[in-house]
This record gives sequence, C-alpha cells and structure tokens, in this order.
Amino acid sequence: MSELLYTDKLSVGYGEKSVVRDIALAAKPGQVLCLIGPNGAGKSTLLKTLMGALPPTGGAVYLDGRQLRAYQEQELARISSAVLTARPEPELMSAEEVVAVGRYPYTGRLGILTEEDRRIVRESMEKVGVSDLAETDFSLLSDGQRQRVLLARALCQQPRLLILDEPTSFLDIHHKLDFLQLIRELVGGGGLAVVMSMHELELAQRFADVLLCIRGGRVDRMGNPEEIFSGSYIEQLYAIKNGSYDSLAGTAEGPRAEGAPRVFVIGGGGSGISLYRKLRRLGIPFAVGVLPENDLDLPTARALAAVVITDRANEPVSAAKVNEAMEVLKSCERVVCTTSFGSVNLENRRLLEYAKAHNMLINVNEIE
Amino acid sequence: MRDKRQNRIRLCFLLLAVLVLLLGVLNLVTGSTSIGAGELCRALFSGERDGSAGRILWNIRLPRLLAAAVLGGALAVSGFLLQTFFANPIAGPFVLGISSGAKLTVALAMIACLGRGMVMNSWGMIGAAFLGALLVMGFVLLAAGRTRGMARLIVCGVMIGYICSAVTDFAVTFADDSNIVNLHYWSMGSFAGVSWEALGTASLAVFVSLACCVLLIKPMTAWQLGEGYAKSMGVNLRRFRLALIGLSSLLSACVTAFAGPISFVGIAVPQLMKLLFKTAKPAVMLPACFLGGAGFCLGCDLLARTLFAPTELAIGSVTAVFGAPVVIWMLLHRDREARA
Repeated sequence: MSELLYTDKLSVGYGEKSVVRDIALAAKPGQVLCLIGPNGAGKSTLLKTLMGALPPTGGAVYLDGRQLRAYQEQELARISSAVLTARPEPELMSAEEVVAVGRYPYTGRLGILTEEDRRIVRESMEKVGVSDLAETDFSLLSDGQRQRVLLARALCQQPRLLILDEPTSFLDIHHKLDFLQLIRELVGGGGLAVVMSMHELELAQRFADVLLCIRGGRVDRMGNPEEIFSGSYIEQLYAIKNGSYDSLAGTAEGPRAEGAPRVFVIGGGGSGISLYRKLRRLGIPFAVGVLPENDLDLPTARALAAVVITDRANEPVSAAKVNEAMEVLKSCERVVCTTSFGSVNLENRRLLEYAKAHNMLINVNEIE
Repeated sequence: MRDKRQNRIRLCFLLLAVLVLLLGVLNLVTGSTSIGAGELCRALFSGERDGSAGRILWNIRLPRLLAAAVLGGALAVSGFLLQTFFANPIAGPFVLGISSGAKLTVALAMIACLGRGMVMNSWGMIGAAFLGALLVMGFVLLAAGRTRGMARLIVCGVMIGYICSAVTDFAVTFADDSNIVNLHYWSMGSFAGVSWEALGTASLAVFVSLACCVLLIKPMTAWQLGEGYAKSMGVNLRRFRLALIGLSSLLSACVTAFAGPISFVGIAVPQLMKLLFKTAKPAVMLPACFLGGAGFCLGCDLLARTLFAPTELAIGSVTAVFGAPVVIWMLLHRDREARA
C-alpha cells in the first residue's frame, strides 16, 4: 500500500510562527493515523494544515503525489473531507440537508442536486446509520447523532482522505465506541485513509493503526500502538506529575497517598483494586502484600500503595516474603483482607490470622 | 416528506405572490384623491397620462408602489444576506449602521452638489450610498473582529449608526439651501417622490444584484455550517466574503439612496419568512425575502399614507411599529428554546 498523504519537513503554525516543526508523516489507505499529545501541542494546527485550511509555515504536504497547494479548492474537496471540532448551528436544517451540503464540490454553480447526488446522500446516511434521522432538525439531535450526521456529510464528498479533529470528545462512552467502530468499518474497505486527533488514549490505543505523538513542537514518536503504549512513555509524553498512567491497561490513577502505611491490605486477583482507589481518595497511606508478580491487583497497587510486597509469578507465595510483609503489617493500625485463599497465596493466611489475633482486622466498609 | 415540504413551499410562494398583488392593487386605488376603479383601469391600460386620473396614477401612485415593492424586497434580501453572513438573527442593514452610513454619504453628496447648483443623478446617489454602506460595513467588520458574538456586533453597528445619523443631522441643520426641506424629508425615509428615472436606475441595480445573489446560493448553503466546513468543501472564502458584503451593501445602498433609511425590514422580513417557510435554505429564502419585503413595504406604505391622511407618516416609523415586535418576539422565543 502506498501513501495517500505524506509530508516533507513540514512545519505548521500561524503566520510566521511555527507550532510544530519538521513533521514527517504518512497516511495510507485502509489505516487510521491518530495524533496524540498534550493540549496545545499543535494537533489541530497540523490537521488544519493537512486539510489545506492553513498554509504550511515550512515544507510541504503531498496528497496523492501532488503538493497540496497545487490543488484547486473543489478538486481538493473531492479527495479530502473533514469532521471539525467546530459545532455547526445551522438554522432550520434537517439532518439530510446538512448531509447533502457535502455534495458541494460536485454540484454545479447553483448547487442543484441531481438524482445521483441524492442517491449518494442516502447511501452516506445509511453507512453511518442515520437514515431514520433524515427529516429531523439538526439542532434537535444529540451529540452522538450530530457527530454521525457530520460524518455522513464528510462521506458525501466521497473522500479518499478523511480528517477528524477530536471526533469523540463530546460523546459518552457508548457513542465513542460506536463512532470509532464505524470509522474502523469505513477504513476496512481499504479505500479510505483516516487521520484524526484524540484525547482518549485508551481508545486511540485500541482503534488506531499508527500513532503520531506530538510534544514540545515536534513529532516525538511515531509507531503502532504496541510501540507507543509501552513502558512509561505516555507519562513522559503528557508530562504526568499528579498520578500515573498504566499504558497496558489504559487506566489513569491519581497520585498515591504518601507516608508510613496505616492500613495493610491482603489483596490479590483483582479483589483489592477498588479498595486501593478508595484509600487513596481518603488520603490513607497503605501497604499491600503479598502479590505474585502477575497479579491483577499489581498495577493499581504499584501506582497507589506506599509499600507493595511481591513474590515471583506463577509460584506459591513464599514464607520469606510473608515474613517481610508481617513486619510491615505490624507497623499498621488496621488490616483489611479482600481475597480468598488458594494454593498460590495460602501463605498469606498467616497475615490474616495475625490480624485477627491482634484485633486489627476490619471490614472494607469500616474504612472512612 | 420531501414532497410535503415542497408543497408547503409552493403554497407559501403562491400566498405571498397573491398578497403582494393585492397590496399593490390596494396601493393603486387608495389615496387622498378618490378615483373610481373604472377611471383607474382606463388610465392604466390606455397609458394615458394627461387627465387628472392619469397624472395621479402614472406620476404618483404607480412609481411609489413600484419603489416600495422593489426597494422593500432589496432591503429584506440585504438583511437575509447579513443574517446568514454573521450567523446572527438580528443582523440587518439598519441595525448594523449600514443604512445610516449610506444616509450620511448621500446627504453629504447632496449638500455638496446643491452648493454648486447641481442636481445629482440617480447613479451618483447610488454611488454615494454604496460608498457610505461599504465604509460602515468595513468599520463594523473591524470593530466586531472575528467573534461571532451576537451582542458585540450589534452594539458596534448600533453605535456607528447613531454616529452617522448625528453627523447627518449636523450636516442637514447647517446646510443652507431651500432644497434642504427635501433633504430633511428624505432623511426621514419615504417612498414618495421617487421618479421614474430613479426607479429605473434602482431597479436595474437591484435586479442585477439579485442575479448575482443567485450565484451565492450555493456557497451560502455551505457557509451555514460554519466557516471551517465551508472552507473544507472548497468555498473560496475571500471571494465569497467580498461578494456577499458587496451585494448586501449595494442592495441597502439602493434603498437608502432613494427612500432614505428604513428600519426593521431587513431583520423582520427574513425572520417572518423563515417562520412561514420553515426553512433557511438560501435558494428558497432569496425569492421569499424579496417577495416578503415587497409585501411588507407595500403594506407599511399604505398605512403611512392612509392612517392619518392627509398627514403622511415616515415609512420608517411604520416599519418599526410592525418590525420591532417581530424582533422582540423572536429573541424571546429563542431564549425559551435555548432553555428548553
């Protein structure tokens, strides 16, 4: 597959001032290229430049082998279309009329729609599943419906390149997933290249083929989700200070409660995760143990607990580690047990028995 | 569903056309001198202009009603263009100060000409008005900046309008000429005294502008989704802006040059038409606003002439009485909708 869109030493910005420099990107048909990066990094500016709404401050954009600025306006609009962050408020326009405006680059001077145009309008609406909204006034649609109608409008231009600026920002999680799945289906046909920007990292990770990370005025990294979402790169990209981001799970946690642990949690297998978050929220420093290295609790415990005692994965918890945990437990005021016991964490039962014997054990609900 | 909408649009057009015709006939038959219908018909169809009926018909009533229709239509279309351009329901040539700007330059030009003992021809009047309209438009655009904020734009326009009106009043007060009486009368706004020559010029300018507006229907439809979308669909924004500003200024300049400043037609008529046709499609609204504006002004002029006959009211006062409530109602309605 060859690139439909690529840039050469592209710099983007307003007037003389470049916001992002030296961009080399390529978008292929059948792929979703997703821009991520902190607010104000220049994602929108780059997208505007790629759609030809903003002249580059340096370098060039090539679309289908030709420089973008060599295109006539309508010619460009037949190859590339967009869903923008601007929220149109047209007066007294039905959804179908909004979609039909997308035929602009194909109609004559008076903008009269032919039967063929009407057929394409209908097809576009069917593709995104808004046919039943055709007669509804656009201003009465929900955000999810609006975004779909605007996508249908963009499809009406029969583009080979679709540019979406934060298309899911106003949608609830249900509609975010629906919208992105729709984009995947459109791209699945193989004829369409999508370039979009997103703030929902966990969704970008799941729906994009290539990620372009913009930070500090340049393209920091470009790669597939497996490459980008590894280690602590995302925390670096967004310069996360107050908390942490788990790249693999796609979950964000607030900053841990610092200090000597006051509560000891005998957790494991995912049973402790909500409790860790509750303790952090209440500002209570806590310790967790003993967790095998592959335990479901571990990423959250690592992000939030003051002390975590771990042992090798796939092996029963060792007596030595439990002894270590016991020392920590003795320094705590209270103990909570969220897990049941089996062959792997059997040794942890000693911690529970000690807590019971010394009247330290409390129920999860007793923590306030 | 589409057929139903189309039928509604056809029906509304029919209704409007009948209304305009009816008001035209009413304007023709009513007046301070009562003339029998038979006599009027004879004068009208024989083209005879010498008898008293012929003189009144051909020299007074007919040019006046045609002026009201053509200029009223032009004003409403100008208002529709401005409302679409600014995405602002209460934009209009009067509110934005464009009419007042045109009034100022026409007054200055008239005073200058009178001072030299010349009479300005109608093209000169349109030219002067157009210049004033463009100057104010440029100033409003600068002052309002790139914001789409409704309040700021309107406040700028209203203030500029006041300044222009004040300067016009100064000029009229201190100009010494017996003809100033005419000038004063004109600056109040009236369709009376528009000559056939002026009417011809105004009609030519208005209809050529309207023909150009037809070419703006397509980009205006795209523009209704916002500047960004218009650009992304291939609208040449610079050309579109220039054309739209030029045409709306020219249309309101024609009106001001011959009938003086007339308020509220530009705001109220497009609103009424949107309400009636239940669409804001430029392809429908352009002819609808023209017809609606023509009907509105014919009706208002009829009232201005007959309500306190033989005393005539300023046309601007009558249009304000009927236009302002529409605007107020529309703003309240909008608020209610926004809260719902």
